[in-house]
Amino acid sequence: MSLLQVKDLSISFGGVKAVDGVSFTVEPGEVFTLVGPNGAGKSTIFNLISRLYEPSAGQIVFDGQDITSLPAHKVAGLGIARTFQNIELFDHSSVLQNLLIGRHCRRNTRWFEELLFLPKVRRSERQHRLLVEEVIDFLDLAAYRDKLIAGLPYGVRKVVEIARALSSEPKLILLDEPASGLSVEETQNMAWWIEDMQKDLGLTVLMVEHDMSLVSRVSNRVLAVSEGRPLAMGTAAEVQADPKVIEAYLGTEATS
Amino acid sequence: MSNRFKSRYDDDINLFEGRWHLAQYAILMALLLAAPWLLGTYYLGELTAVLVWSLAGLGLMLISGHTGQVSLGHAAFMAIGAFTNLALMLRGWHFIPALLASAVTSGIIGAIISRPILRMSGIYLAIATLALSIIIEDVAIIAEPITGGVAGVFAPPIALFGMEIDRYATPHAFYYLCLAVLVMVTLGYLNLLRSASGRSFLAVRDSEVSARALGVNVARAKTLSFSLSCAITGLAGALYAHLAQAVNYESFLVLISITLLLQVVIGGLGSVHGAFFGAIVVVLLPQLIAIARDFLDNAAGIKIAAYPGMDTALFALLILLMVIYEPRGLYGVWFKVRTWLQLFPLYRKGMFRRTRTYLKTERQR
Repeated sequence: MSLLQVKDLSISFGGVKAVDGVSFTVEPGEVFTLVGPNGAGKSTIFNLISRLYEPSAGQIVFDGQDITSLPAHKVAGLGIARTFQNIELFDHSSVLQNLLIGRHCRRNTRWFEELLFLPKVRRSERQHRLLVEEVIDFLDLAAYRDKLIAGLPYGVRKVVEIARALSSEPKLILLDEPASGLSVEETQNMAWWIEDMQKDLGLTVLMVEHDMSLVSRVSNRVLAVSEGRPLAMGTAAEVQADPKVIEAYLGTEATS
Repeated sequence: MSNRFKSRYDDDINLFEGRWHLAQYAILMALLLAAPWLLGTYYLGELTAVLVWSLAGLGLMLISGHTGQVSLGHAAFMAIGAFTNLALMLRGWHFIPALLASAVTSGIIGAIISRPILRMSGIYLAIATLALSIIIEDVAIIAEPITGGVAGVFAPPIALFGMEIDRYATPHAFYYLCLAVLVMVTLGYLNLLRSASGRSFLAVRDSEVSARALGVNVARAKTLSFSLSCAITGLAGALYAHLAQAVNYESFLVLISITLLLQVVIGGLGSVHGAFFGAIVVVLLPQLIAIARDFLDNAAGIKIAAYPGMDTALFALLILLMVIYEPRGLYGVWFKVRTWLQLFPLYRKGMFRRTRTYLKTERQR
């Protein structure tokens, strides 16, 4: 059964139809990539899936559960984690603190228990840290563990954001342009990590990315969208060769 | 900054980082416990005022410093705490339940108000909370059975553990009472900050969208923070009532709300230390100015007392300088001094060069 099913998803902002009848399914364990020109509605689809936006039509089913009208803060608990195109980290906290906030959806203590710091709270804090340290090891962040985000280089922040998403023990991770602004070497690392997430952690990855070399390397399937509508679906090579995709990126030949 | 070797998760979880850190606070605590013998009655009273304002500052720090929601209305919650406490005590309640009742009442009223008010942000939130502060002045006059109307109410002496505690008759006992309440609240505050709820507050402050995407119920986190903040401020209000011995509608003017906000900004937004540093400045600066004025009068023959409003102007100047040169407040200064001492002689000048930061909450909703 598909992990994520998106059916006829639409949203309009005023008169602009940002997403217009997009349907796709993501199978467990695959890397599925959305590509398309700027303003095609890729990030909007992400925001719809993570319930930050209210769709005007359509349905989103995750793991057999209809999440179309679920409040945004309940999505993480089901196992959907995400990163943002413009890094949205908690700048005044350390890397460790950021990852621990990633564990928020797995919390099992109430505020009045935390106020008294009952033994139960300490046990749960230790458990959170154990899992967070695994993520730190996985993404090789040990050197930055206690550093404040505000002082970190851009490339590291991108990785920390992925680490924060992984800390919530997701089944599906949404990566919004993981390689934007990264150097060639950092993009290379990103490709390895995405492969590791798929193979070692058994995660399903839904990704938006412009860097076609990264896309072709890691994706099992690619969906091209333009102006909120789906254009073509297939492997990276098939999508790149599709005339409609070329037209969306480059325009049509001049006809006299 | 220190390169302490961490070998257990508890090293990060514990309140004190190792023995030296614990010892520092043990010394501070010992000094505070010995204060009645070290200070005269007048200065003990001032120190008690510092404790009470620290408590109020902690309350505001929780919502403004750690959750990023500005409040210009916290004097209202001091008023609620103060009047609840006095009204209940005058109806024969024991001090402790009356004190708890003032925290609970402020907390519940805060929770009710927070839902509509915390939908706003930035300047709109500031105006809404300011309105709260203005309304409470009128409420304090109208609700005469509770607040004593224009005349206000006088604080009855506190009977506790077979002792009669009164700010003037037994200043030591009142000082210890305030210290005990403050220490308990501070410990609770720190506990909250090192667990999931506290982290969710910081998340809401720094980026509401990603907080939501990570499973933080933003509305609930704000409500919890606001009502806990109001409860702490309510406690401070109750203690303030006993410190001032009498309260009426004039005790909790808008000016108090503004002073409280200044206190946490000067102290350093987003740090527990900041609430304490700010309280020390707010309470002791007028004293320092008065001492300096007397000194200039007597020694140099400069009659500063002839210029009214001098202390207010100095206070304002200090805040201006603080905001321009040290936005992290006194806590920032203290942090730099500490780092300089720890790293001596390796401290470099550019170590704390500021990078431009802004609250993302303001940018993206």
